[in-house]
Amino acid sequence: MNVTIVDYQSGNISSVINSFTEVAKDKVNLEVTSNINKIKSSDKIVLPGQGSFKSCVDSLNSINGLVDALKEFAITNKKPLLGICVGLQMFADVGFEEAETKGLGWISGKVSKIDNQNGKFKLPHIGWNEIEIQKESKIFKEIKNKSHMYFVHSYEFIPEDKSVISATTDYSSKIVCSVERDNLFGTQFHPEKSDKIGLKIIDNFIKL
Amino acid sequence: MLKNRIIPCLDVQNGRVVKGINFVELKDAGDPVEQAKIYSDGGADEICFLDITASNENRDTIIDIVRKTAKECFVPLTVGGGVRTIQNITDLLLAGADKVSINTAAVKNVNFVKEASKKFGSQCIVVAIDAKKVSEKKWEVFTHGGRNKTSIDAVEFAKQVETNGAGEILLTSMDKDGTKSGYDVDLLKAITKSTNIPVIASGGVGTLDHLYDGIVKGGASAVLAASIFHYGEYKIQDAKEYLNSKNVSVRL
Repeated sequence: MNVTIVDYQSGNISSVINSFTEVAKDKVNLEVTSNINKIKSSDKIVLPGQGSFKSCVDSLNSINGLVDALKEFAITNKKPLLGICVGLQMFADVGFEEAETKGLGWISGKVSKIDNQNGKFKLPHIGWNEIEIQKESKIFKEIKNKSHMYFVHSYEFIPEDKSVISATTDYSSKIVCSVERDNLFGTQFHPEKSDKIGLKIIDNFIKL
Repeated sequence: MLKNRIIPCLDVQNGRVVKGINFVELKDAGDPVEQAKIYSDGGADEICFLDITASNENRDTIIDIVRKTAKECFVPLTVGGGVRTIQNITDLLLAGADKVSINTAAVKNVNFVKEASKKFGSQCIVVAIDAKKVSEKKWEVFTHGGRNKTSIDAVEFAKQVETNGAGEILLTSMDKDGTKSGYDVDLLKAITKSTNIPVIASGGVGTLDHLYDGIVKGGASAVLAASIFHYGEYKIQDAKEYLNSKNVSVRL
């Protein structure tokens, strides 16, 4: 099996690479690339994302044909894709970090700043928080409800169709921290930094 | 609910773990990669490396340690010490650090914080502030591991780094560091009340009760400690169970 981590110069993806390498061992052929042909021939794709929504979308768009290749992979061919952090946020129609920016539009919704209730909650939301599982998800196999995951973000994805939400976390309000629709998966938290339990999520994705 | 983090810090010099007493006398005590792995297996919420001699010596050693550690520890890894240029940050992140901590370079030029957070995202930019009490309710920023006085007010500086895009503040009391007499709770309070980004308390932990004070009295989002964990007085789990028994929420 070929799993590709999309390297589109979106900041630091070393931890994503390290954790997937740890889980994949020899079972899986892991590629880190933005090569369109390699992406097209992958079995699974991981779309990481760090920095701002705008900078990630801009980086994605700066690589010729990448957005179309990802769309063909995930939407047309319905092959498994996992978005992490801003990688998930980019599924949305629009984001409001830095400037209003058009997203990939794969799951209708927007990405807005977390309401910190006039300073009552510190931002970024950094650290370990419990996830509340909202529906059965293939990547949460053997993951207990209220497991701790590592978060670091100031913006949240608000999907229009609430049925895509697979988990939320409590920080000033119920923040969407995981979505699943058919072959499309996304986590706002960082499974690659969430210790053994995070590696289990990565393992679940690889084993899909 | 967001949990309060416990972060063991490893001071590294020439590839070995040391811990300073008031930043002077050093004791050699271990291999950083192995130590980090023990901490991460023991439930540390993050790991912090501080390269205490990075300002004067070859940086390749710490890069190599970060690379090895990142392949074995799957919790966030912060690296500080001698981070002065965008290239330094790039090198550390590529080696597998999740965050970098900027100290002297931020004081010299706060625009560096802005530039770094714009390029890499606020999530990986920690500004380390070393502060010393100068009068009642007044603290001043020090640099170069506490050697140089700056005349900059610590509270004002904390606000400034927040405005410039720092994702977190790592606040060390130079008066308390190495004394094991507890955090400077007044300093912590002053900074946590005037900023709206997470503050990591550092400097002075001698007992588990000090961790409690840092979080509950000082308002810190995370507590950093070195000696109490490093010399085996307490395990990370002891600290978590203690805090939990006092109704402080932690990841158990």
